[in-house]
Amino acid sequence: MHIPDGYLSPQTFLPMYGVSATIWGIGLKKIKKQLPLKHIPYLSMAAAFSFLVMMFNVPIPGGTTGHAVGGGIIAILLGPWTAVVAVSTVLVIQALVFGDGGITALGTNCFNMAIVLPFVSYWTFKLLNGRATSGKRVYVSSFIAGWFGLTVASAFAGTELGLQPLIAKAADGAPLYAPYPLSVALPAMVGEHALVFAPVEGLITALLLGYFLKNEPETVFAINGGPK
Amino acid sequence: MSFRKKLWIGLILLALASPVGIILPDKFNAGDAWGEWNADKLKEMLGFVPRNLAKLSGLWHAPMPDYGFAENASPAIQYIGYITSGILGIVLAGSAIYFISKLLFKKEK
Repeated sequence: MHIPDGYLSPQTFLPMYGVSATIWGIGLKKIKKQLPLKHIPYLSMAAAFSFLVMMFNVPIPGGTTGHAVGGGIIAILLGPWTAVVAVSTVLVIQALVFGDGGITALGTNCFNMAIVLPFVSYWTFKLLNGRATSGKRVYVSSFIAGWFGLTVASAFAGTELGLQPLIAKAADGAPLYAPYPLSVALPAMVGEHALVFAPVEGLITALLLGYFLKNEPETVFAINGGPK
Repeated sequence: MSFRKKLWIGLILLALASPVGIILPDKFNAGDAWGEWNADKLKEMLGFVPRNLAKLSGLWHAPMPDYGFAENASPAIQYIGYITSGILGIVLAGSAIYFISKLLFKKEK
């Protein structure tokens, strides 16, 4: 879901930079207020974790590849605003150092993977889990939360890509940026994520949450409102 | 061993295991992610490269493109490059967050 340079028109990537920058500003203020100092090592680990998870490309045999992001579990463990900052930091490093995702597309990629994904996962989890602190309900709600967060993020990416042929065309009607229309881009992105990559995100979310609840239950933000 | 130490070790193990992320796609004959094709691949798929996409796609030359040292490297070099990228990722992401937090929390001390 790392949109490269050239796939988005400036009419798309400039406003998306604006939206993401605004949310980064709010996020930094929020974590400055909410994040205890002793929690910073967890934030570093969360960013490193997201970086590594994205290296595990999952194949669709004979087709495309994709990967989980880890944004869902970070949001549940450390809070959605912390996830915004952690995953955005990773996306900047991936674009600058490893050429994964475009420089022009950075605002858009951050919006999809570092903003939409953690917030959708976080609120899905809160809604489904209620006040449960252990047992089946926690596993099921965290799996669905991770799955749904990545799926919704892929719908945003598919829409942004699919709108390009409408936004910018050459005089002869040829697309100037991402070439596939919405009717192709949206089902392709949502389909492969909903069926293959997002279940991996769901699994990671459920297993790690289980691990934290067993070992360090007081750190889980979505259940305890964060570490004391 | 402290819980945090265990987590750091887990991250390093993930980096060491990361070549799975290139071996599996290779085994199952899976290609690029959807919508992440380079200009050559698009030319092959569409018969042309959208004009502005061609212009913008070469905008940035990353020092370690695709998490490796070189294109078309041997598998062994690819795996080493991938693991190196994973370790580098831990260091870069970890220290970037450290500096962001330093800036954020500086004023209160």
